[in-house]
Amino acid sequence: MSSVTLSNTAIRQPNKLTLFFRYLRRNPSLTFGLLIMLFLIIFTVHGLLTIDTKHAYPLAVRPKQPPSFKYPLGTDFFGRDLYAAMVIGMWQTAVIGIVAGALGTIIGTILGFISAYFGGFIDGAITSICQILIPIPAFLIQVIIAGSIDKRSVTIFTMAFVVLLLAWMGPTLVIRSQVLSMKERQFVSVAKLSGMSSLGIIFKEILPNLLPFIAAAFIAQVFQAVFASFYLAIVGLGPVREPLLGNTIWSAQTQGAFFNGWWWWPIGPAVAMILILGSLALINMGMDEMANPRIRRSE
Amino acid sequence: MNFRTLSKRLLFLFMVVWAASTITFFIPRISPRNPVRERFAELARTGGFSPEDLEVIVADYSKRFGLDKPLLQQYGDYMWGIARFDLGISLNKFPKTVMQLIFESLPWTIGLVFITTILSFVLGNWLGALAAWPKSPDWLKSVATSFVLFQGVPPVLLGILLIFFIGFKLKMLPLGGAYSIGTVPSMSLNFIFDLLRHQLLPGLALVLGSVGGWVISMRGMGVTIQGEDYVTFAEHKGLGSRAIFRDYYLRNALLPQVTGLALALGNLVTSAIVVEGIFALPGIGTMLNSAIRSNDFSVIYGIVLFITIAIATLMVIVEFIYPLLDPRIRHQ
Repeated sequence: MSSVTLSNTAIRQPNKLTLFFRYLRRNPSLTFGLLIMLFLIIFTVHGLLTIDTKHAYPLAVRPKQPPSFKYPLGTDFFGRDLYAAMVIGMWQTAVIGIVAGALGTIIGTILGFISAYFGGFIDGAITSICQILIPIPAFLIQVIIAGSIDKRSVTIFTMAFVVLLLAWMGPTLVIRSQVLSMKERQFVSVAKLSGMSSLGIIFKEILPNLLPFIAAAFIAQVFQAVFASFYLAIVGLGPVREPLLGNTIWSAQTQGAFFNGWWWWPIGPAVAMILILGSLALINMGMDEMANPRIRRSE
Repeated sequence: MNFRTLSKRLLFLFMVVWAASTITFFIPRISPRNPVRERFAELARTGGFSPEDLEVIVADYSKRFGLDKPLLQQYGDYMWGIARFDLGISLNKFPKTVMQLIFESLPWTIGLVFITTILSFVLGNWLGALAAWPKSPDWLKSVATSFVLFQGVPPVLLGILLIFFIGFKLKMLPLGGAYSIGTVPSMSLNFIFDLLRHQLLPGLALVLGSVGGWVISMRGMGVTIQGEDYVTFAEHKGLGSRAIFRDYYLRNALLPQVTGLALALGNLVTSAIVVEGIFALPGIGTMLNSAIRSNDFSVIYGIVLFITIAIATLMVIVEFIYPLLDPRIRHQ
């Protein structure tokens, strides 16, 4: 009888980083999205470290210069270096997106939890408010709010606030439905039977399982916030002094940039915005696949 | 559809309109800006009347717009006005009412939104269905998938790129405007051709921007339906693949898409408004742009309210025609 000898070397579990890269290989949209995002971050950080921020504001450089070695993206009618303006604009877009996205997700998560966990009247009130507000195009209400603020005092934080006011309904409904389904799972019943408190169940049992959904909701919210602030800026409701990407396109359009042949003025910010929103949409699609294992492809 | 669901939907419509009008009523009134004063202060700078006269005029106009009455009464008057489709008077184009201004520019926007929505809905669903259909050729699948890349990019940015490449570089189509400068609007064939040439790029931007979304959702729906028993049954019955595609597959997959269309209306109209602004086309969007630029508040609020009501009404109408498409609901 020969005995089967098991090799003594234990099966090595690849480390987390390797697993992460292996996962990325199976999720192309997440990979592409993250790569574009990485490029944008490097571009902005490198720009912030090298440019003179004053050049992003009017009367800093010679106006109406086409792209050249000195001004890689040209200069506009008001004498702004468009490269500097783009770097600052991307930075500000990121600030608006992250502030409004994070706050919207936090508010939505809290409301969703309250609504699903306690149910009854509170649930009815929160869901019906969400359902009534969702058909109203958020952009139009944002136009009213942004239009009611004194134009000179609009900053990027006011923009973030205006966007936030109508950006919490989506995550509320998503988190609510997830909590509702999770509440019925067995591990929650077990926790309840073993005498865990409500708060304990929420923070120790349900919240950790919800993290992928919260992360996906966050990316979706950042996308919404960037989109909304861009639309507000492009109709002329942005902070007038700041070189926000939408603002630059708006001022290019009001000065008739294409009619006057200054094509480089609106093209740069438009391409930047396409890259930002495109990468966020790709990451969002990839996160959906991650959060929803049912559509996750098998290895 | 029974009476209960009908009244439920109408109540929902009423609530949406009420919420929208309440928001448009209260936000401007808690804001520190005074539109009447701003408007006349602007006139005073250019026309030159004395500050005391300005106060008198502002007080007079505030009275005329009913701004001196108690808040609750103002709210009542405002709601009563909306019930009668009276959205007030423009501050900037004074004797004209907001409704008159809206109806002047509405046909342009309706034309653009209607045509591009139908086009992108049909094209997107057709491509999405073919992308999920196992028997369609590979090149068609890759064409359909390539449209997905545009999803997430706002149509207005596609519009700017189209202006740059097709209008500016190739000089094939105009850069903007409703018709060529110097032409007189008439019903002649030349003028209509000119008009269409100007609408082509904005239309293309809107279609490209929204096709991707329909392709994705239709493909997802199609993949789900392929696993259904009734499709397998139809195959075993020996039905031709064309009949299966049309009657079993497309018809079932299309139903949720119609609901999706109702939900997407808000975004479509918003996109069209912004695209109009970039292309300087006449329409609601350009009117909103110029109202924002000249602080014409009653026009801004009027447009917002009008569009909200229109979209909410359309959503309810789509729900009412749903039973016509789905016999399962009709016979309930």
